[in-house]
Amino acid sequence: MTLALIPLLPFIGFLVNTAFGRRLSKTVSGGVATAAMGLSCGVSAAVVWDLLGRQPVGGVRAIDETVYTWLQSGPLEIPLAFRVDPLSAVMILVVTGIGTLIHLYSTAYMHEETEREYARYFSYLNLFAAFMLVLVLGSNFPVMFIGWEGVGLCSYLLIGFWFTKPSAADAGKKAFVVNRVGDFGFVLGMLALFWAFGTLDFQVLAATVSTRAADPAAVAGATVITAATLLLFLGAAGKSAQIPLYVWLPDAMEGPTPVSALIHAATMVTAGVYMVARNAVLFSHAPLTLEIVAGVGVLTALVAGTIGLAQNDIKRVLAYSTVSQLGYMFLALGVGAFAAGIFHLYTHAFFKALLFLGSGAVIHAVHGEQDLRRMGGLRHGLPVTYRTFLVGTLAIAGLPPLAGFFSKDEILWKTFAGGHTVLWGLAVVAAFLTATYMFRLLYLAFFGERRHPAAAAAGHAAPGDHGGGSGQAGAAHAGPLHDAPPAMAIALVVLAIGSGVAGFIGVPHALGGHNQIETFLAPSFTVGGVEAGVQPAAPAASHADTSTERGLMLVSTLIAVAGIALATRLFRRRPDEADRLAARFAGVHRLLVGKYFVDELYEAAIVQPIKRFSTRALWRGIDAGLVDGLVNGVGLVVRGWSAVLRRLQTGSVRAYAMSTFLGVVVMLGYYLWR
Amino acid sequence: MPEPTLNSYLMLSAVLFAIGTAGVFLRRNLITILLSIEIMLNAVNLTFVAVDRYLGAADGQIIVFFVMTVAAAEAAVGLAIVIALFRHKESLSPDVFTTLKW
Repeated sequence: MTLALIPLLPFIGFLVNTAFGRRLSKTVSGGVATAAMGLSCGVSAAVVWDLLGRQPVGGVRAIDETVYTWLQSGPLEIPLAFRVDPLSAVMILVVTGIGTLIHLYSTAYMHEETEREYARYFSYLNLFAAFMLVLVLGSNFPVMFIGWEGVGLCSYLLIGFWFTKPSAADAGKKAFVVNRVGDFGFVLGMLALFWAFGTLDFQVLAATVSTRAADPAAVAGATVITAATLLLFLGAAGKSAQIPLYVWLPDAMEGPTPVSALIHAATMVTAGVYMVARNAVLFSHAPLTLEIVAGVGVLTALVAGTIGLAQNDIKRVLAYSTVSQLGYMFLALGVGAFAAGIFHLYTHAFFKALLFLGSGAVIHAVHGEQDLRRMGGLRHGLPVTYRTFLVGTLAIAGLPPLAGFFSKDEILWKTFAGGHTVLWGLAVVAAFLTATYMFRLLYLAFFGERRHPAAAAAGHAAPGDHGGGSGQAGAAHAGPLHDAPPAMAIALVVLAIGSGVAGFIGVPHALGGHNQIETFLAPSFTVGGVEAGVQPAAPAASHADTSTERGLMLVSTLIAVAGIALATRLFRRRPDEADRLAARFAGVHRLLVGKYFVDELYEAAIVQPIKRFSTRALWRGIDAGLVDGLVNGVGLVVRGWSAVLRRLQTGSVRAYAMSTFLGVVVMLGYYLWR
Repeated sequence: MPEPTLNSYLMLSAVLFAIGTAGVFLRRNLITILLSIEIMLNAVNLTFVAVDRYLGAADGQIIVFFVMTVAAAEAAVGLAIVIALFRHKESLSPDVFTTLKW
């Protein structure tokens, strides 16, 4: 019952807020939701503690729990079963830990909503957490799929939380529809696996696949595995916003900012990464799929990184950054470094949640403004936000010793060590871009002059003293900037500390660490202790490898510094130079601002043809023509015949009597002369 | 004069039934038509009785009593309807009453 309790607690919070939310005060509804998450976090911690104390059985430490048998039909048996192994242990800690902080933050952030909306918000948020926990705890595909679809639903509901705003409603719809494409792949992949291997339990499946692979006669199995994994990856690409299905994530920023932090940065979008890692053994037997995963990942990282350079909406920059970082994770999975991918997932959850919450605090302070061009100079008015945001930015840029450095470097090293030099090169470029666009964001929002009317009340007269200027301008239409209220500040500070130290559980051997997280996670990617990854764990790396690794670390650190330097030059020292560059490469700039016009391409190549086909063929042709035609046709035929037959009803009694008489004569005649 | 056989009764009955039927179809007066129907009913009664007598059973005779009872009721209802119709249209011709149709 313990494991079931983890998703059950937020679910109870959801039920309370849904049923009684209208009558509860904000303190109660927010408190219930946050407490439910906090309790769930406590239970998770206890479960993980229990897990750590257990002896490995067959090379794997795991706690299994079957709630009941959900479906049974012939060879198909699906229990509602939960399973905690090192991989899901990391996930439940991330989901409940970050989730609790974001719930806490939301209690302050959403405070301007009415009681009813407030309760609705928290009920959705709790429901999301419940589904996400089902997703990561499920020990077979269908249970994972419940969570998978559930988080998609909550994502839709929360993106469209302000559904009276058309853009928000559209964004929610877009997210849902794009995810449907991915889910289609997920379901097909699941069916293919059941067809080929007769099981949907992750552990049994992994064992079956690895024994089947040892059998040389089972060549056909390889094709099935490749096809199934490609389909599953399509699902992962939908959920985790990879090319070609990443387009929904930037639009998803229409939702409230804490939602962007929790769902569209820290947890839900990593579900695809988790799913691939969960099936590490399966994917390892499909080298082609792994190559595609790595290629798509690195390409997504690059594309999203370049788009991020030219966006002006603070949340959209972060959204593209998320897409880019998810690309990194897929790169790691693709080169077989599953542990590195999950490690990056875990550190990314900290600093990206921090950055989103920080941007939320900024938006809160400047009264809903999201355009970077209208911010600036917020450093003085918002000290807590600024400092925590700086930590997050440094962490994502990959400066040692912050969390992002270790995880990103692990991925880069594993890519290089696996012999994927081209991918490594592209990933380094993406890392450079990350540092550049993040520092651009930082400079535009926090440095320079105040460009927001509320923030710059008296700023223009005395550009040298923005903080004091706006402070004295309290009498003007805008009061002084108010920094994050306590509930928000606590979340920011805790996450900032996390972004600072979270990486230390994965210090590589080359730096004298023990990379505990890789050792901890490794059994999850294996069958009975056999390493599944292409890249073998190298506790005893040779001296040459160690020095190469150290060299590469230096390179990536320098790259990050170079990116920061470029951003400093363009957006801090000489802001006019950035504009000149943009003017000089007007075509490129337009391309980036227009997000490579992928939305427009999809609109023209997919949406419009489907619309046309639906209108002309399906609606006018099949529905109006065929279906309605059939129904109306039956009516018309009956009416036509009735017009003829009604002539028989003359109203003349004699005519009726005559026909009765004739009828009797005919019947009698038939019996007499047959 | 020979003893009447079953056939004689059946022949008489058929003739009576034919006369009744012809009356129903040919006459243009509702009361005459009702009378013609009575003739048809009695033709049938005659058949019942004749056949019953021939077979030495009693069932047919009982049915005849039923028919006579129903015919009496029918005459009462039928005449009432005829009176109502006459009051409505000042006519007894069945061809006048053809409004009950499409």
